[in-house]
Amino acid sequence: MNAATLEQDLDVAPVWKRLCDLDEIPRLGSRVVKSAAGDIAVFRNAGDEIFALHDKCPHKGGPLSQGIVHGTTVTCPLHSWKIDLGSGAAQAPDVGCTRRFKVKVEDGLVWLALG
Amino acid sequence: MKRSKLVLIGNGMAGVRTLEELLKIAPDMYDITVFGAEPHPNYNRILLSPVLAGEMTLQDIVLNELDWYRDNNIVLHTGRKISAIDRIKRKVIAEDGTAADYDRLLIATGSLPFILPIPGKDLPGVIAYRDIADTEAMIDAAARHKHAVVIGAGLLGLEAANGLALRGMDVTVVHLADWIMERQLDKSAADMLMQSLAAKGLKFRLGASTSELVAGESGRVCALKLKGGETLPADLVVMAAGIRPNVELAEKAGIHCNRGIVVNDTMQTFDPRIYAVGECANHRGTVYGLVAPLFEQAKVCANHLAMYGIGRYKGSVTSTKLKVTGIDVFSAGDFMGGDSVDEILLHDPAGGVYKKICVKDDKLVGAVMYGDTTDGAWYFQLLKDRQDIGEIRDHLMFGQSHIGDAGHAGQNKAVTMADTAEVCGCNGVCKGTIVKAIKEQGLFTLDDVRKHTKASSSCGSCTGLVEQILASTVGGAYQPAASKDKPVCGCTEHSHGDVRTAIRERKLLTIPDAMHALEWKTPNGCATCRPALNYYLISTWPHLAKDDPQSRFINERAHANIQKDGTYSVVPRMWGGLTTPDELRAIADVAEKYRIPTVKCTGGQRIDLLGAKKDDLPKIWADLGKAGMVSGHAYGKSLRTVKTCVGSEHCRFGTQRSMDMGVKLEKMLFGMWSPHKVKLAVSGCPRNCAESGIKDVGVIGVDSGYEIYVGGNGGIKTEVAEFLCKVKSDEEVKEYSGAFLQLYREEGFYLERTCHYLSRVGLDHVKKIVVEDATQRAALYERLLYALQDYEDPWAEANTKPAARREFEILEV
Ligand code: SRM
Ligand SMILES: Cc1cc2nc3c(=O)[nH]c(=O)nc-3n(C[C@H](O)[C@H](O)[C@H](O)COP(=O)(O)OP(=O)(O)OC[C@H]3O[C@@H](n4cnc5c(N)ncnc54)[C@H](O)[C@@H]3O)c2cc1C
Ligand code: SF4
Ligand code: FES
Repeated sequence: MNAATLEQDLDVAPVWKRLCDLDEIPRLGSRVVKSAAGDIAVFRNAGDEIFALHDKCPHKGGPLSQGIVHGTTVTCPLHSWKIDLGSGAAQAPDVGCTRRFKVKVEDGLVWLALG
Repeated sequence: MKRSKLVLIGNGMAGVRTLEELLKIAPDMYDITVFGAEPHPNYNRILLSPVLAGEMTLQDIVLNELDWYRDNNIVLHTGRKISAIDRIKRKVIAEDGTAADYDRLLIATGSLPFILPIPGKDLPGVIAYRDIADTEAMIDAAARHKHAVVIGAGLLGLEAANGLALRGMDVTVVHLADWIMERQLDKSAADMLMQSLAAKGLKFRLGASTSELVAGESGRVCALKLKGGETLPADLVVMAAGIRPNVELAEKAGIHCNRGIVVNDTMQTFDPRIYAVGECANHRGTVYGLVAPLFEQAKVCANHLAMYGIGRYKGSVTSTKLKVTGIDVFSAGDFMGGDSVDEILLHDPAGGVYKKICVKDDKLVGAVMYGDTTDGAWYFQLLKDRQDIGEIRDHLMFGQSHIGDAGHAGQNKAVTMADTAEVCGCNGVCKGTIVKAIKEQGLFTLDDVRKHTKASSSCGSCTGLVEQILASTVGGAYQPAASKDKPVCGCTEHSHGDVRTAIRERKLLTIPDAMHALEWKTPNGCATCRPALNYYLISTWPHLAKDDPQSRFINERAHANIQKDGTYSVVPRMWGGLTTPDELRAIADVAEKYRIPTVKCTGGQRIDLLGAKKDDLPKIWADLGKAGMVSGHAYGKSLRTVKTCVGSEHCRFGTQRSMDMGVKLEKMLFGMWSPHKVKLAVSGCPRNCAESGIKDVGVIGVDSGYEIYVGGNGGIKTEVAEFLCKVKSDEEVKEYSGAFLQLYREEGFYLERTCHYLSRVGLDHVKKIVVEDATQRAALYERLLYALQDYEDPWAEANTKPAARREFEILEV
């Protein structure tokens, strides 16, 4: 799919918003996106997969975007809970989950679905 | 791909732990089948004692519920005992005819209790103490009968006797040796232990051997006869006279056994398809009867079953802890003394304290303690690490707390703490919570407890207490890892030392290279190993290895300190604690312009702007930069502050220009990354107003020059700095402190403060290189200056380099 076909899907599909070039997110790093739904953390792992989570740790609300990314996990900077980037769930034995958002990469552009 | 078949014989602690380790690293490699003779899923055998004592129930001690087997696709046959192994057809056959094929077989059949070959040994009412069935039989007997005799006063026997007594029985312990627990305790400690057990109502017959068990009218045992003629009433006889490796099955199958199934360092038997772990295995001539070594074996075995082929089991040093509530004994190593062994002794019979430590060639070789076992874990660590204790020998006896661990709220004895007492001050975890988690979640290691309860997982100052609680809950099953070979984290088998050496010797320059060369188990490490690797690379290969911001903790990546609400704090450098009206004005302007909510003087003689928004940081730094101010690195494993007093510049007592010396040191070390943070202080005279005694490098001016102290720490555990040397000139202060810090930078492990580094390598080692050897000193100093040259202020870079600036820019949609 490219951006043009995307436009036509807008009424049925979620609202895709163009974020930035893939290269503007560092590998094993993240960027913060301000949105009406609150801050969203968009992560890029070593394999160039992209993930988006509500930027709030299920523990005490730490900004996950500021953590260290490894595998498909981010370690929260405040008390080191490990959060799965795909599901938003905390790694056992900790219990909790943070909200996910849809993201995709097309032609080197990162798109985020809101709504 | 067709999966290989793995069969486990023995659904007990060692075997199942091996499966757990295997599933962690190779979850899809095998179809697994487990046979267990007992009709239960794997349970925590060591907690049979608290069950017998009425402190726990059987339901509490299951380690792997049936769901666990199901979730991991393991076929479990409980209540089926394997009677034959057909090594040619590669098949195991159970007594009821159930069979299973294997590609790899794991034998973990544990041990069998030793039953004395005496008349009456098969009578009803005569049992051993090994499993749930035995425990149930004892609980049942205690409800109906009065007299019990336990044969054997080892760990098992005493725990059985204690449990039966708590259940109301009249218990006598018959023991062959002259004192109880003769293999774990010396006579003095054993006598004290026996006295306190006697006070709980237990009776003892020492140096006594049983000749016969006598049946009563009902056919059940009713009495026990001793060789001397005495007869003891006994409605229950528990034989706890030792255990024998359970090797019958293996022997029958022609697998080489010799007091246990003989295995090599990979836990492989003489049949390469067959492995053995646990109490049934003989490794280098030793059969272990405690859980901790078995778990180490399990880890190695899993690694080889997964075909990683790394990791060898090299044997374990074990320690002993009796699990009788309210009684504290500990022993480890060789504590019987003998030639060329020095015994250091403290014996207070009335106070109920006994401590003996055995030292040979300045190494701790053994320890026995009764009453106060606070330092058990510490002694054990020293013993396992084979650490040179020459320097601390004179106060070794008084324990670790005496050497520097002030502990918290004066608490250093876990046994005397109430369940409601707070152990971990950072996370508010009480003793009761920890004990409950250990028992109910089946925890065995400090890491487990940290993960499940959070206790000791933050500042770590309560680690000793948590270790004590673990030890008294799981007995000898708790064995702290020898710190020198401890892997950096779960991503690797290699220790910090190995990693440092490999990076230097193999000239590794990037994190992926290092991970590849050292066979990292995860694709890109974790938040523990990546920062460590990053530091090792840049400190070993300055200007060659490139710093990786994504492998730095956020504070170092964003050059500011993250706060609990996600804002940041900014601390501009004030060289030597000095400032000017211009700098203060710039700080005031910034605070107003960016609406900084809190401005505070820090404990390090400078000003902290707390609560800055991340996207404002580069602007704040630019404004401060205009007034000539640079990053204070209050966030980094790096040079922090050089604290100074006013010194001879102003003070009527000053002997040296401490402010000037401090500024010189701070300018020299600006931008120095290190294993942990580094703090210095310079005081102008021995009154020491800059607190040089608790700094990583503390300098004290005296009339004839300067004294240099190293390895002080004012943080979690207050540590007084040790005297390194005395020098004459400012230039020498720079060279000696620089050389010391460079040695620490090259040899220190990541997150090891100078005091921990020094206690590992010893001050003598440092003195030899830094003080006594002028050539090495000069070379170290030169390497330090080379590493630090051309260091750019990271605050300025954030404004000049686009990639760096991106860290602070927020995207909008
Ligand atoms: C700001 C400051 C407190 C203050 O308001 O005075 C401070 C703040 C923090 N200290 Fe500290 N320490 C501060 C002086 C000290 C001192 C006193 C000193 O430096 O003279 C000590 C004891 C001396 C010592 O380190 O030997 C001190 C011992 C610690 C420790 C324990 C270190 C240890 O080895 O035991 C930690 C934890 C750590 O580093 O792992 C720590 C960690 C922290 C952290 C960085 C915790 C963290 O990781 O976020 C705190 C950041 C707070 C924040 O929100 O920004 N802080 N901290 C002080 C900054 C001084 C500066 O100008 O750079
Ligand atoms: C009461 C008690 C208290 C203890 N306290 C401590 C302590 O405080 N600290 C400590 O470190 N250790 C303690 N131990 C020792 C510890 O429990 C053992 O070291 C550990 O359980 C041994 O593990 P294993 O897997 O080798 O054997 P086990 O856990 O005994 O497992 C072997 C299993 O194999 C089964 N089996 C045997 N033969 C066959 C066969 N042919 N077919 C199928 N299944 C078979 C057995 O039924 C058994 O379930 C204690 C032991 C007891 C009994
Ligand atoms: S500033 Fe230091 S002492 Fe104060 S709460 Fe934070 S880490 Fe603890
Ligand atoms: S807020 Fe994330 S771990 Fe505590």
